[in-house]
Amino acid sequence: MDVVLLSRLQFAVTVFFHFIFVPLTLGITILLAMMETAYVRTGNETYKRMVKFWGKLFLINFVLGVVTGITLEFQFGTNWSRYSEYVGDIFGSLLAIEATLAFFLESTFIAVWAFGWEKVSKKVHCTAIWLVAIASNISALWIILANGFMQNPVGYVIRNGRAELDSFYTVLTNPYGWGQYFHTVTSAWMLGGFFVLGISAWHLVRKNEVDLFTKSVRFAAPFAIISAILLSLAGHHQGMIVAKYQPAKFAAMESHWETEKTAPMYVLTWPDEENNTNFIEAIKIPGILSFMAFSDFNAEVQGLNAFPEEDHPPVLITFLSFRFMVAMGALFLLLSGLAWIKRKDLASSPRLCKALTWIIPLPYITIMAGWMLAEVGRQPWIVYGLMRTADAVSPVPAQSVAISLISFIVIYSLLGVLDIYLLIKYARKGPLMPATQGTITQNEDKGEVA
Amino acid sequence: MIPLDILLGTWFFLWALLWAIYFVLDGFDLGMAIIMPFVSKTNDDRRTVYNSAGPFWDGNEVWLITAGGVTFAAFPTAYAVMFSALYAPLFILLFALIFRAVALEFRSKVDSPKWRCMCDVYLFLGSFLPALLLGVAFANLFMGIPIDGDGVYHGNILKLLNPYGLAGGVLFVLMFALHGALWLNYKSEGELAKRAINLASFLWYLVLSVVLLFLALTDIYTQLLVNINATPVFYVFLIIAVLALLGVRFTLNSKNHFLPWLCNALFILCLTLFAVMGMYPGIIISSIDPAFSVTVFNGASSHLTLQIMFIATMISIPVVITYQIWVYYVFSHKITQKELASDHAY
Repeated sequence: MDVVLLSRLQFAVTVFFHFIFVPLTLGITILLAMMETAYVRTGNETYKRMVKFWGKLFLINFVLGVVTGITLEFQFGTNWSRYSEYVGDIFGSLLAIEATLAFFLESTFIAVWAFGWEKVSKKVHCTAIWLVAIASNISALWIILANGFMQNPVGYVIRNGRAELDSFYTVLTNPYGWGQYFHTVTSAWMLGGFFVLGISAWHLVRKNEVDLFTKSVRFAAPFAIISAILLSLAGHHQGMIVAKYQPAKFAAMESHWETEKTAPMYVLTWPDEENNTNFIEAIKIPGILSFMAFSDFNAEVQGLNAFPEEDHPPVLITFLSFRFMVAMGALFLLLSGLAWIKRKDLASSPRLCKALTWIIPLPYITIMAGWMLAEVGRQPWIVYGLMRTADAVSPVPAQSVAISLISFIVIYSLLGVLDIYLLIKYARKGPLMPATQGTITQNEDKGEVA
Repeated sequence: MIPLDILLGTWFFLWALLWAIYFVLDGFDLGMAIIMPFVSKTNDDRRTVYNSAGPFWDGNEVWLITAGGVTFAAFPTAYAVMFSALYAPLFILLFALIFRAVALEFRSKVDSPKWRCMCDVYLFLGSFLPALLLGVAFANLFMGIPIDGDGVYHGNILKLLNPYGLAGGVLFVLMFALHGALWLNYKSEGELAKRAINLASFLWYLVLSVVLLFLALTDIYTQLLVNINATPVFYVFLIIAVLALLGVRFTLNSKNHFLPWLCNALFILCLTLFAVMGMYPGIIISSIDPAFSVTVFNGASSHLTLQIMFIATMISIPVVITYQIWVYYVFSHKITQKELASDHAY
């Protein structure tokens, strides 16, 4: 394999693995902050135990998010050095601002929150989790604005053989980046909602801590349904942005080959990349593609054949990722709606409970599909229309990249197993009992003698 | 707009400063793990070490991310060349830091002596290797690495393990170990604190001898001192570093256990600033031909980016330092038995 493919695989492995942990952080911190606010307002100990239970799961998740994030930042230098030189003037600053403005805040106040229960006042403690929630969501904004520049480069001039910053304001107001940001954070919030719903449902059918988990559902269910609705709107908006700024990606995700007005959508489609057409096109809905892209049933939608073949993204992956994402989006709307209707007594619908528990992985997989669409659909460009992925890699031997890639796969697999083991262990164990909170579970967990 | 040459000089200094702060802060986390096998006897001793790093390590590690991010933003060419040239050592460093974090956070999450023992080993290796590699990497940067005019590195990881590189590695390990021993003395009590301070007292002599040796080697292997002789004002950093190291000795037995650590922090800060400022204007010095070096003049971002980033950093970093000092203050207590029994302890 060549160094380009190896480097792409390595980035895919590391970024996907990192993004297992990010969305839960973005979503559950907001839920934790709301739960703790309820505790501060009412003084009800159940809320405190809720925060501690969900907080424990969150912290297990958070550590792995931190350590897998660092490898990403450095990978732009190790594996994509030509890219870093070419666009670092803009891209690097966004990453640096993320670290100084958001990541410090998040990492510092998470310590106050995790270790500070007896050290700071209730209000300060609650403020700490709000700061973590806000900082992590701001952190996502800078990272996605950086990705937005790769998707739709703006605010730059080509000078001194590289892309240099021309207008910081234009970079910060990139419509592509903002569209992607809202789509990403709403999906992450929804994931957080489903995570809490699924685990609560597992305990509710077993009649464990019914009060605590019903209270959890009453936070998570509205959060999930509101996020799912916002997510659908943001998703549709993002589709229109893609149609406008990245017509080749739009054509690939719809497997749309010929430029036409009043473009239809086929319910059943299967792309034939070899011959630049579709194997299957069945159940036609006229004009709907034009409408989805430009809010106009008669608008012209460019087909992939309007682009030179060397500029085509891989169609099948892009197309399937998109269809899967949309189908799942509909399922999530349905399930979060049902959970919201049943929020007062979830245990009365054991089948819904079971479904909610089993679908915990689905929002994760769907978010991955979304990023697959965003990143694979942008190919062959690393910066759309400006720099090709093949020109962006570091001058390092393929052998080195192969070794680092294998190391990543081995280490991350171990981490993944450990993470799932710990999450399931602590999720099943349930909240600490009020009387035993503290010392007793301590000794059992930590051992007294080496 | 701020004139370009002032921005370039300031950015180089900020770059040096961010690395120096990272060494000062993560240095004690890494160092404590390095000395743990030598000072801990019981499980509670080890848990004290873990909990002394608990609320700090994550915020400390962000300084590494910031140092990396600022290298990317202010000197993108340097960032690209440095990290692709140091490909293997950098990945070993990052993997080691992953193992360290997992050991720290998950040791108490699985109830098994074998697991705890494994985490202790990972914590040690995950801290020892980064300390060593950072030292080796910076010594090689001081000396210059074989990069050509296209920024392509002609060498391998073994080439970094030359005598001067290794001396840098040993210096960092010892310096961080001393820093960790002083922090553990500050955070613990009783027997453990006594063992920590005894070890610190021993390490102090080692650090002093190795730092003198390293300075002598620096004169032989690098151009740093020649550079600094051209701007003798930078000797201020060396003088403060030496005074601070002496300060560690004088405050070692004082009642204030924070003071020796603070002196050592100043020592690490100023020693790093002294050495890195000696590279100016070079960021990556080429050992093949000085003309291939990446400097602030050919490796920096555009004037506009440097200015915007300068303003952003000048606003955010003082705020960050303020709230981090507050957090250090909130968690300034000793790790007691009661502390170890609370449900958020490691």
